Amino acid sequence: MTQFFQQLINGLSIGSVYALMAVGYSLVYSIMNFSNFAHGGVIMFGAYFGFFFLTFLRFPFPLAFISAAICSAILALIIERVAYKPLRERRAPFLYFIISAMGASIFMENLVIAIPAIGPTFRTYPEVFNKQPIKIGELAMGKLDIAMFLISAICLIILIYIIDHTKIGKAIQATSYNLKASALMGVNTDFILITVFLMGGFLAGIAGVLFGMKYTVYPQIGIITNKSFIAAVFGGLGSLPGAVIGSVLLGIIETFTAGYLSSQYRDLIAFVLLITVLVVRPMGLMGKVTEDKA
Amino acid sequence: MGNEYILGILTLAGINLMTVLGLSLLTGFTGLFSFGHAGFMAIGGYATALMTVKFHWPFIPALLAGGLAAALVSAALGKVTLNLKGDYFCIATLGFGEAIRLILDNVQTFGGARGWPGIPHYTNVWNVLGINIVAVIVLANLIRSRHGRNMIAVREEELASQIVGIDVFKYKMTSLVTSAAYAGIAGGLMGHYMTFLQPKMFSLAKSTELTIIVIFGGLGSISGSVLGALVLTSLPEILRAFSSWRLVFYGLAVIFIMISRPEGLMGGYELTPSSMKKLFRNMAAKRENKLQRAGGGK
Repeated sequence: MTQFFQQLINGLSIGSVYALMAVGYSLVYSIMNFSNFAHGGVIMFGAYFGFFFLTFLRFPFPLAFISAAICSAILALIIERVAYKPLRERRAPFLYFIISAMGASIFMENLVIAIPAIGPTFRTYPEVFNKQPIKIGELAMGKLDIAMFLISAICLIILIYIIDHTKIGKAIQATSYNLKASALMGVNTDFILITVFLMGGFLAGIAGVLFGMKYTVYPQIGIITNKSFIAAVFGGLGSLPGAVIGSVLLGIIETFTAGYLSSQYRDLIAFVLLITVLVVRPMGLMGKVTEDKA
Repeated sequence: MGNEYILGILTLAGINLMTVLGLSLLTGFTGLFSFGHAGFMAIGGYATALMTVKFHWPFIPALLAGGLAAALVSAALGKVTLNLKGDYFCIATLGFGEAIRLILDNVQTFGGARGWPGIPHYTNVWNVLGINIVAVIVLANLIRSRHGRNMIAVREEELASQIVGIDVFKYKMTSLVTSAAYAGIAGGLMGHYMTFLQPKMFSLAKSTELTIIVIFGGLGSISGSVLGALVLTSLPEILRAFSSWRLVFYGLAVIFIMISRPEGLMGGYELTPSSMKKLFRNMAAKRENKLQRAGGGK
């Protein structure tokens, strides 16, 4: 029983970081209807930004954290301007967006490897939270795990508040429902897109730093961020609550697979889950049903 | 030595081309994007190697068996995923490709993640060339047939083609199965060229690379695919001096192609003897027109 709760806690902690990443995919999908595969690169850069601020500039942790998030947000915006805006203006089919995103992600991953100062080596974050776990009864909770969960939860609550209760949030909702109509109603859709990419990038930066602290930083982090994309599909692409629930569930399923079956099957189960979801219920747990409009 | 090096690159380009031809049918002519073709290559590669190593089959029948294995798996995948709309088919193939890789990582019979060494070296530039020629002829004839035209109709306007009575699902399926068979044969060629197979060789990056080649060459153009495979396979070799920067430029080039010339190198045109003749004739006619107009102005 103890093991059960222990796994549950681990699952929640990793699932909440997946959620931070997954909402980025979902936000962009809800408005632009394509899977932004460059998001993984932004998360990876976020982890490196955090590492850079903490070790080279020796920023205190909260400042390093915020700076990394801001830099990632700017990076996400640059990608939008360079790789997507020209396509958007030409009304290119969504597949071109995906290819462009793939190009951006190849570019970012290899840029990090190519810059001699960074290179392909694994980097370990300096210890921010000490390793001494907090014990409640027989359960041991790492301080880092608790911090990951809390920081992610706070960010997600703020995000959902912004979407649900502010004017710009309403505008995002309207745009995701129908871009053309909201533009006609006076919503500045270009501004909305900028906001969405900034928000997604900001969260990606936070997720990257948390991820880097939990594990290590290396250029192929994007492979792991693919799993948060799966979580977004699982929950329903384009739905924020769906992305959060899908991520937490995926985190729990993964830790349980690793704990009770074998850690070798941890990655496999994610992809099997992806295909199962697509076959059984392609719109995911909470996604909207979209019909092709001819 | 120099000769052998060039032949080696050509062989690799030919192996890539084999998958790219199939992918060109799926993406360029039917309008379905796949990020899982490396998975079909893996199935073909392992099946072919199984046939030659464990059952001592000759090379060509083993290759066909590899292609058949990939085709069967693709039929099963297509059955459940081809009805998905838009992004979702693409995502499903991505998940499929990664799942195949991770399953092979865990199958100890084939060496798991460590790989499978000691596969006989059967592939050379000549049999790759021969297979590619057959593949191009089959593909060109398929595309010019009624079935090929139906596939193009599906690409252009799915709903409209359904209304005029084209069985959209059937043609998507035909296209997917054919392209998977091509990929399977390519996988077999690759295994018997490298004499080694490892699940890592068939990652998402490989699938992306293949799709990029098709787009670079031009959607809906077989000659574009041929050119694309030749150029993009040899480009990393030419750029080898810049070693770690080449993939950075590669990524930038992909974005650049998408935003500046999304129709690719050939843009739906074919490079055949008759099209070349037509092109020259048009150029000549234009020059004559110009001369005449210049003469008329006098």
